[in-house]
Amino acid sequence: MIEVSNLVKKFGAFAALDGVDLKVADGELLALLGPSGSGKTTLLRIIAGLDWPDSGDLSFNGENALSRGAGERQVGFVFQHYALFRHMTVFENVAFGLRVQPRAIRKDETSIRARVKELLDLVQLDWLSDRYPSQLSGGQRQRIALARALAIEPRILLLDEPFGALDAKVRKELRQWLRSLHHEISVTSIFVTHDQEEALEVANRVVVMDKGRIEQIGTPDEVYDHPATAFVHGFIGESIMLPVEVCDNFLRLGDQPLRLAADGAALGKSRLFIRRHDVQIGPAGSGALTGAVRQVRTLGAVQRAQIALLGCDIVIEVDAPRDRELRPGDHIGLQPRRYRIFAAQD
Amino acid sequence: MVDINQKRPAFGSAQADLRTEPRLIRAVIIVMAVVFLTIFVVLPLAMVFAQAFAKGVSTYVAALADPEAMSAIRLTLLVAAISVGLNLVFGLFAAWAVAKFDFAGKTFLISLIDLPFSVSPVISGLVFVLLFGAQGYWGPWLQNHHVHVLFALPGITLATVFVTFPFVARALIPLMQQQGSQEEEAAISLGASGLQTFFRVTLPNIKWGVLYGVLLCNARAMGEFGAVSVVSGHIRGQTNTLPLLVEILYNEYQFVASFAIASLLAMLALITLVAKTVLERHLDEGQRAGD
Repeated sequence: MIEVSNLVKKFGAFAALDGVDLKVADGELLALLGPSGSGKTTLLRIIAGLDWPDSGDLSFNGENALSRGAGERQVGFVFQHYALFRHMTVFENVAFGLRVQPRAIRKDETSIRARVKELLDLVQLDWLSDRYPSQLSGGQRQRIALARALAIEPRILLLDEPFGALDAKVRKELRQWLRSLHHEISVTSIFVTHDQEEALEVANRVVVMDKGRIEQIGTPDEVYDHPATAFVHGFIGESIMLPVEVCDNFLRLGDQPLRLAADGAALGKSRLFIRRHDVQIGPAGSGALTGAVRQVRTLGAVQRAQIALLGCDIVIEVDAPRDRELRPGDHIGLQPRRYRIFAAQD
Repeated sequence: MVDINQKRPAFGSAQADLRTEPRLIRAVIIVMAVVFLTIFVVLPLAMVFAQAFAKGVSTYVAALADPEAMSAIRLTLLVAAISVGLNLVFGLFAAWAVAKFDFAGKTFLISLIDLPFSVSPVISGLVFVLLFGAQGYWGPWLQNHHVHVLFALPGITLATVFVTFPFVARALIPLMQQQGSQEEEAAISLGASGLQTFFRVTLPNIKWGVLYGVLLCNARAMGEFGAVSVVSGHIRGQTNTLPLLVEILYNEYQFVASFAIASLLAMLALITLVAKTVLERHLDEGQRAGD
């Protein structure tokens, strides 16, 4: 189990981590999700021993990890840009961690060769063992970097934006492959991503970070369906945000009252979040909001309509099924199926 | 695209080579460059060899076999070996510090490394006279302890080290900065020690840069005149390096001997040039492999 408590790391005046607490159970596949600058990579590097916190604690299975260097933590680290050793073959890259072990515990050449072969088989790239990194594609480099990290039999596997530098198709394949690999070897793994879809698809648990703090920790369903904060709601899934005012148990958008229950939200200025696909479209006057369709685009399985809300200057985008006929100029009623109210930002 | 085609309608489509200048201008520019190089580089170099062999091969060999010449060759090789060795170590440390760490005064350190390039070599020599000379800061103390720095090997070596210390560091800093430290971080997280990381990861990645720096450093160390001239004392058969000997012989109207020694330095230059071209090719390939 990895336990992080109250980690603080500052770069000059910028707080990369601002009091982070986190527990990761054995065998988990955890995603650190957040925009750039949220501190997720810093957290990962501190766990790996490549960076040191200003204050706070880090322990692996109850043992203080901060007193150990990166090489003693048995942590496999996969870098965003792979960081393969460019002057070594694929085979030697994977063998590196085994060759630099202290002589007392170093395996003999035959066992090293067998182990490397096993790892290359695991990442299905045995046939590339004599190539150099520059001769590989991005996806292949990524898998070799993973094999190299696994060679030292790490207790924890850390991946920094593992799919960040790959094209969309390879990325999708590798995601599924990583999931099944984790299923196979079940080593505790943490990966950093700014791509919410990636986090929700691959991880068992997602940690959403912003500005050096953890906003929410939960399963993919929890963070998607029950976002704890306005930030999480806005960051995960595509949301419509309306500035509203909460009055005695009803909501007001500009001068107009909305027929939506305030659900016990605090009085005063607030923000109403609705997922784009959580809006029921009906005839004009049928829902809480009324608007005029401005433009409709088809996006794969859905159509996305730009709708100007009547009585205020707000234009929102709503996803509707493709069989719902929408034409520019139509007046329609909009009823959120689900929504959340968060207090307004100061 | 449309513009280009409209301006050049007469030439079909294959000619769209925008680098093309009129033939005449091209020819004039190339001829000028060749003439210039011939007058200022090729002719002088040819003259060195022509003069050296003016009285036949045996005179040439005799000039080199002269005890003073042999002593100068030995001293030059020794000084170059020590200075290149020291500057290799220093250059590696400096480049490592500058490229892999951020610290206060980093810009200052980089400027300091470049200092010998901007200071006249004569001044560099004089500095050592001021420090170690009979009237200098440490001169009397050294004299009392019978340590000879000036007009001896230590002084010549110090002056040479000073003048040549930017070469290795300068060759390595951009290379190491461009490579970043991710490979080192990877090695360390895989359990490699600091030394293992240096010898197995860092050094192989920069080896062509190191050789490049050593090559230029060596060429300058063997060819240095100004700084060495100030501290050497020109003791015949003892503290004359090759460049100093060339001047002395020339001033004594021993032209053949003088040019024979000069031809050694000229050959060093030619070898350096070829080696530099080869190394630069390797460096380019190394950079591309990293992308």
